[in-house]
Amino acid sequence: MNIVVCVKQVPEVTDAELEIKDDGTEILTEDLEFDINEWDNYAVEEAVRLKEAYGGAVTVVTLGDEDAEDVLRTALAMGADEAIRIDTEGFELSDAGGIARGLFRALRDIPFDLLLTGAQGSDDGWAAVGLMLAELLGLPYASLVVAIEVGEGKITVHRELESNTQERVELPLPAALTIQTGINNPRYVSIMGIQKVRRIEIKETTSNELGLSEAEIGSQGSTVTSQRLSPPPVGEGAEILSGSLDEICEKTAQIIRDKGGVI
Amino acid sequence: MDEILVLAEHRDGEFRDITFEMLSAANRLGSEHGLATATLLLGHGVSPLAEGLKQACDRVLMMEDPELAHYNADQYLAAMETVIHERKPFLTLIGHTALGMDVAPAISMRLSLPLVTDCVDVTIEGEELRALRQIYGGKINAQLTMKPSDQYLISVRPGSFAAEAEQGKSGELEALSAPAWKDLKGRRFLEYAEAELEDIDIAAADILVSIGRGIGKPENIPLAQEFADAIGATMSCSRPVADEQWLPKSRQVGTSGKTVRPKVYIALGISGAYQHQVGMKNADTIIAVNKDPLAPIFTIAHYGIVDDLLKVLPVLKEKFATR
Repeated sequence: MNIVVCVKQVPEVTDAELEIKDDGTEILTEDLEFDINEWDNYAVEEAVRLKEAYGGAVTVVTLGDEDAEDVLRTALAMGADEAIRIDTEGFELSDAGGIARGLFRALRDIPFDLLLTGAQGSDDGWAAVGLMLAELLGLPYASLVVAIEVGEGKITVHRELESNTQERVELPLPAALTIQTGINNPRYVSIMGIQKVRRIEIKETTSNELGLSEAEIGSQGSTVTSQRLSPPPVGEGAEILSGSLDEICEKTAQIIRDKGGVI
Repeated sequence: MDEILVLAEHRDGEFRDITFEMLSAANRLGSEHGLATATLLLGHGVSPLAEGLKQACDRVLMMEDPELAHYNADQYLAAMETVIHERKPFLTLIGHTALGMDVAPAISMRLSLPLVTDCVDVTIEGEELRALRQIYGGKINAQLTMKPSDQYLISVRPGSFAAEAEQGKSGELEALSAPAWKDLKGRRFLEYAEAELEDIDIAAADILVSIGRGIGKPENIPLAQEFADAIGATMSCSRPVADEQWLPKSRQVGTSGKTVRPKVYIALGISGAYQHQVGMKNADTIIAVNKDPLAPIFTIAHYGIVDDLLKVLPVLKEKFATR
């Protein structure tokens, strides 16, 4: 089973205090660590597991600058076989449709059985590129996938719905899936592991080589005029307990006793 | 047509809340800008459901067909393509739900219509459509201004608007005929399934000690468990902990897990993404412990401790051990 996985490099923001650029268009990323998008990491792991079980090859693709090679190296170290990087030049300020068109051009001549993407990005969370790409490629698809069973020329997947419910759907191959976190336990990649794959050549391409016009990608191809960022309104918010750690815990214990009926 | 179209969402003969939440937003925009509101109800045997929409919109567009018995992207795309193409609504609202997330991007690409996903608010300023989103896990708000277009698609974050079935409308019912089901891609719905049998029902607990990514590693979980035992609480968690399989999925609070309403909810190292908030914001008292003073959890918590939970827990546990 030949599998293509689209991955993205994103800033790690879980424990970071984010600052917005003066012009309000972007966050400041100089002090942030970058890593593979969490959802994409599960997608790569799933692809490698399917390869290990059924044979075939895994190709990872990213649209990003040279630094984004790191996420491709990570994926190669996890067990992917080939990597393609589409350079960002021309894609600045692209919307989800622009990114999907770029990926479509890079993938349309590559034969594969399964296309995986993360269900969403941890950065701007549009959750749109994977299924836009599926539509451009004319593929059957399913989103938010938490389990995959491989059959003869088809797959059965579990989609995660709300309220602890899933649905099982069947798709003929080739098909596209967007992967939800928790589908597997992604393997850990060591620096040694990345060292081992440093010689694997990463294929590079550009929007020009892919024959994309300005009208299809970048700000011109985007449906968005502008994006203005701001910190969320604070609202009432929590009463932040103050004092020494012991005093804070004493107050907290009292609250738990009062509100929770704990003796 | 000067219309706002809302895609109704239902499962097992019941509407999902998002349907009426979107209708609240649609009716507000409609009254501000002189736009009629219509609901698109796709399904099989959904006439009884159609009645329930009449008081919440100007027009109920019902398409009944055996092919629509269960949600399926193939059929929904074909049906929506036909309806949106024919009616040309200025704005189409779709839930940012497991259903809407599955259908909205593809319909946007198929019809070449602009789409903004996961919006918490939508406004119309003159000719411009503006959409408010939350990005970076709720740490930043993004106000988008869209390029001029005759039609837009918006997916709406659950819980962003009030869900009210009665909105002072008396909508007319219009039956639509199903399109020829051609060019389908062969996707088949098989069945619904419970995600996992539960080891314990967290929704029944009076006090929940809930752990998130901030717990760091599974070796730290006993620390939280000992504290929970000391106060007679049940352990629950946010998504990353269940994803890592440090606690069973049945302990997960949030959109795809359980909705809980305990007397006291103690959130340890949980940043508070909206998917988590949806599941616990109605707890009577929420106490949050997080290192990041800007973590979204503090916007809905009643009491906050800005510190490392690994430092707080041993001291806090002692407060109960000594009594």
